[in-house]
Amino acid sequence: MENREKVLQIKDLYITFNTFSGKVHAVRGVNFDLHKGETLAIVGESGSGKSVTNKTIMGILAKNANIEKGEILYNGKDLTKFNDKEFTKIRGSEISMIFQDPMSSLDPVMKIGKQITEAMLVKGNITKEEAKKKAIKLMGAVGIPHPEKRYEQYPFQFSGGMRQRIVIAIALACDPDILICDEPTTALDVTIQAQILDLIKEIQKERQISVIFITHDLGVVANMADRVAVMYAGKIVETGTVDEIFYDPKHPYTWSLLASMPDLDTDATDELLVIPGTPPNMLYPPKGDAFAPRNRYAMEIDFKEEPPMFRVSDTHYAATWLLHPSAPKIDMPDALKIRIEKQQERQVLQNETN
Amino acid sequence: MKQTKEDAVLRVENLKQYFTSGFGKKKIVVKAVDDISFTINKGEAFGLVGESGCGKTTTGRSIIRLYEPTGGNVYFNGKLISRKLSKEEKKSVTRGIQMIFQDPIASLNPRMTVKEIIGEGLKINNLCDNEEHMMELIYNMLETVGLTKDHATRYPHEFSGGQRQRIGIARALITNPDLVIADEPISALDVSIQAQVLNLLNELKKKLGLTVLFIAHDLSVVKYFSDTIGVMYNGKIVELAKSEELYKYPLHPYTKSLLSAIPLADPNYERHRKRIYYDPSIHNYDKEEPELVEIRPGHFIYASKSEIEQYKVLI
Repeated sequence: MENREKVLQIKDLYITFNTFSGKVHAVRGVNFDLHKGETLAIVGESGSGKSVTNKTIMGILAKNANIEKGEILYNGKDLTKFNDKEFTKIRGSEISMIFQDPMSSLDPVMKIGKQITEAMLVKGNITKEEAKKKAIKLMGAVGIPHPEKRYEQYPFQFSGGMRQRIVIAIALACDPDILICDEPTTALDVTIQAQILDLIKEIQKERQISVIFITHDLGVVANMADRVAVMYAGKIVETGTVDEIFYDPKHPYTWSLLASMPDLDTDATDELLVIPGTPPNMLYPPKGDAFAPRNRYAMEIDFKEEPPMFRVSDTHYAATWLLHPSAPKIDMPDALKIRIEKQQERQVLQNETN
Repeated sequence: MKQTKEDAVLRVENLKQYFTSGFGKKKIVVKAVDDISFTINKGEAFGLVGESGCGKTTTGRSIIRLYEPTGGNVYFNGKLISRKLSKEEKKSVTRGIQMIFQDPIASLNPRMTVKEIIGEGLKINNLCDNEEHMMELIYNMLETVGLTKDHATRYPHEFSGGQRQRIGIARALITNPDLVIADEPISALDVSIQAQVLNLLNELKKKLGLTVLFIAHDLSVVKYFSDTIGVMYNGKIVELAKSEELYKYPLHPYTKSLLSAIPLADPNYERHRKRIYYDPSIHNYDKEEPELVEIRPGHFIYASKSEIEQYKVLI
């Protein structure tokens, strides 16, 4: 994995928003790389800065946002220094985005066909007929039946899942290298969600594109991701391969996230591992570790000093003082341990039956 | 599950809720809820799951009479409530059945303080003797749902999403209801807050012996919270069983596809997952009328006679 080409590098990114009540520190020092052909999942609650980070990559931040510090390297160029004109060149054709709500990201009074071909025609180098042909082919590729007929229809004539397929077709219209999916299935039903996830995976394999997948649903992450970054209060608190994060998590926040929702094995008598309190107000980012007030394993130092990223393995890093050599040894909570053991049992069973 | 009539808090018989739009030739009838029956016993949590548009929310709203049911009977504590009710009867029904809504922002009046929101039910139903008694009840209820006394004088906008949902729960429980209808109570909340509210509901269920109709789209949450689960598809209950039974021995193809679609936080399992897609056209109901049949004790399934033979082989 390390030898893979890095298509995108984000270095020490700080973003703030000017609001009437003060400066909101939305992103506070985010670092990550995106390799070619991989899926990186960014997990976090609302307000953790995951969407803001990705809006910065696309250059679609709101006007009151400031990039305080840091760089986003793409093809050797720093995207944070780009102006609107330069962004227009790469948006769609090199970096593309799928949004959460398929109802509001489509124009209700524009035919589907026009919405898909719009970006191709703006980029030039293509005639209308070619664009139409390409669009119909794309619609077929994202699983829309009778694309020729559907080409002439309006968004209201499509169901939620079909609309999300159209949004994906639009995002793919100019053959991007990087696809950013911002909670693409949150507004959909489980059965439809499964179809859309399969579709994104298939497209990724076929076109060898890199995907950044933003979500708060750990089940979806387990299904989609090669690598995972867990964000909390504007920072990445743990990053690693999907197996490392799910089977050997190190950060207390990741522990709680994994054990906080019931899965189908959870008995009704088991109590869920609750994270007490609420996320911090980013108007006044806390001193020390932002998760400390909600962390049952917090030590004195957590309230004073921010933990650096400790190395667990070459691919696995976590920002918690618990990994410091002189910290007391604390294992993950029992509820989570039992859950992971159950998963491993199931895996053994599965291998036997195969 | 013996569905005896005596200790049933809620009995729904052949409930139908149709919506019409347009007139004459253009008239369209949507059968949101189409002939469903179930019983909820005292102290039981009954879960309704299904995808959006399957009629689960409509079921809840028809029971509490936010809609006028098109047909069928709803019995609450043995009394028929799906008929025209007098003012007094209506009051006793609305005291006895309370609802927790999905959106904690939209369901609380922004111009009322928490005290007024929670106290409203007490005043309307004459459940308190005087102001002091009312405040005492409100303070107790705030404590029960994990809030504090000084929250009483604040307005909803001063609270976070999870706290607002706690206010919604307090408002529902203050009248000491016999049945609580919880319509997607956690799906609008953040992940870390969802667990808090789910734990609170679970704790209250045990402590107060609540009877709950729990409506949600997330099968793993419903399975965790409910004793019995009804799976809805297209306005009908297609399968109904104890939650463990439904999870271990799902029979209806729709239930199977629903179970196979839930993403699990287990990467190895996800890599080998085989999804089952449900195709409603596999049912051929031209000749035989399907009905809800008890195929195992307490396990009901919506199927025609020949299908039941097929399902029986699977058991």
